[in-house]
Amino acid sequence: MDNQKTFVEASAKLRCKKYRHQILDISQKVGALHIAPAFSCLEIVDIIYNHLMRRNSKNEFIDTFLMSKGHGCMSQYVILHELGYLSDDDLNTYCQPNGRLGAHPDYGLPGIAASTGSLGHGLGLATGIALANKLSNDDSHTYVVLSDGELQEGSTWEAIMMSANLKLNNLTVFLDLNDFSGLARMSVDHPAFYPVIDKLIAFGWNVQEVDGHKGKQIYTAALDSHQTRPSFVICKTIKGKGVSYMEHIPIWHYRSPNSEEYLQAKREVEESII
Amino acid sequence: MRNEFANVFYEEGKNNSKLVMVVADISPAGSIAKFREEFPERFINTGVSEQSMIGIAAGMALRGLRPFAYTIATFALYRPFEFVRDDIAYQQLPVTVVGVGGGVTYSTLGSTHHAMEDIAVASAIPGMQVLVPCDPAETKLITTWCARENNKPTYLRLGKAGEPILTANAIDPFIPGKIRRICQGKDVCIISYGPTVKMALDLADLCKTKKGYNSTVASCHSIKPLDEKGIIQLLASHPNVIVLEEHVPHGGLGSRIKEIAWDNQVQCKLQCYSLQDEFIHVYGGHDSLLKAHQFDLETIYSKFFT
Repeated sequence: MDNQKTFVEASAKLRCKKYRHQILDISQKVGALHIAPAFSCLEIVDIIYNHLMRRNSKNEFIDTFLMSKGHGCMSQYVILHELGYLSDDDLNTYCQPNGRLGAHPDYGLPGIAASTGSLGHGLGLATGIALANKLSNDDSHTYVVLSDGELQEGSTWEAIMMSANLKLNNLTVFLDLNDFSGLARMSVDHPAFYPVIDKLIAFGWNVQEVDGHKGKQIYTAALDSHQTRPSFVICKTIKGKGVSYMEHIPIWHYRSPNSEEYLQAKREVEESII
Repeated sequence: MRNEFANVFYEEGKNNSKLVMVVADISPAGSIAKFREEFPERFINTGVSEQSMIGIAAGMALRGLRPFAYTIATFALYRPFEFVRDDIAYQQLPVTVVGVGGGVTYSTLGSTHHAMEDIAVASAIPGMQVLVPCDPAETKLITTWCARENNKPTYLRLGKAGEPILTANAIDPFIPGKIRRICQGKDVCIISYGPTVKMALDLADLCKTKKGYNSTVASCHSIKPLDEKGIIQLLASHPNVIVLEEHVPHGGLGSRIKEIAWDNQVQCKLQCYSLQDEFIHVYGGHDSLLKAHQFDLETIYSKFFT
């Protein structure tokens, strides 16, 4: 069974609105949950799960998704919940003593293909997965969401080189380029980080640049694969997208909104037309 | 040892398409070169990028393959430590991390190439197995077991090349996870692992010549899991126990055996000898470095018996 759906912009927007509401609701049960990083990559993760990842007749994923920026996993959890991999109880017990979902994805849980959380690990793992698929003539595709901060890890560049050397055209990386790491604005504290696109092209990747909150653009870019190169979709995003007081403000990397802030966020998400 | 490892890997790899060799810019010893020629798609050289070596090996294991990640011990374990921990051990993947040149084997290359604390580092990782064969014959048995049966994260410490066969007449067979007596005596028990077992046998000879003592020598090829029962038996059945290890004094086999001795209130005299807790700036052969660490036969003998 091929679960790819025809892209309908209004449906994608509605889904992402619902996911943001769910994440905000969960935020009221815990002290912290990396809300802004999840909102930053939400449209990307939505496209991956709802339009790219194929499933078989048993509802098992044929393709693999790794949330390399493990702290973005709230976006993954709410979608895995919608797709039936995680239960209401799973979401209700997020980060609770009797729950199984933590603030970073844990390998072995339904729909979670690898444990991440420490940055700079996802692309090496994905390279091994994509290579193993090639060796076994498995046409499974591997998708990765990488944070821009992870491009500061040397290990990420090791894997960038190796996957290009290995000509892994069955690997697609989405860069959540929101210009913020946990503490600082990349363009201010680390200006040599830019330009990103030139570096990736120089490393032999098939690279495209899109608006990371426009589902159509992400989807179209993801379909443009290359015969011999792995693909990088640079997604320009806004950290905390959808809630005005969170956007571009580092404290929301981790904090949960208080009840007043929560109500404002809910209103803004409801009224938004992202 | 590395040649025996390579021979076994080649032979096993011919019949098992899940076996994969991932190296980080190390010239493949002996039969690994043959493996590379015959199965180029299952020989991956990541270049000088050990984090990627471990990550890729783990990724391949996630898809059901059985990778061996192979390079000099320091680079196999220290440089990519967090990748060994998170990618392999945390996810409980069947990857064997092979460290060549355990201890100060690479004597002239300096401390950057000396794996003096690898047993402590690898053993500290939850769920990680730590295996150390003492000679080429034990290397063959352990590598075969790793290739065929082992399904856990494993650190395999090897020596280099040219080690003598020590276990041809061993009184115990090789059993994974069990300490293995090579010879049996009643006066002294010398427990060691890796090529240092040769020193243990030489020490047994010295005890015989000088004191007339008969010694048991045991190869503790499985540091983790550790055969506590077997060790308790050895501690309880000998008045003198000596532990020899080419490793820093803390976090290795000596520390573990002292814990076991304390917990079980054994009565024997127990002394552990190891490398010093020091980076030593001495060159020359392997023996020169061991001597500089006061880890040589005569020094150990005189320390124990005076």
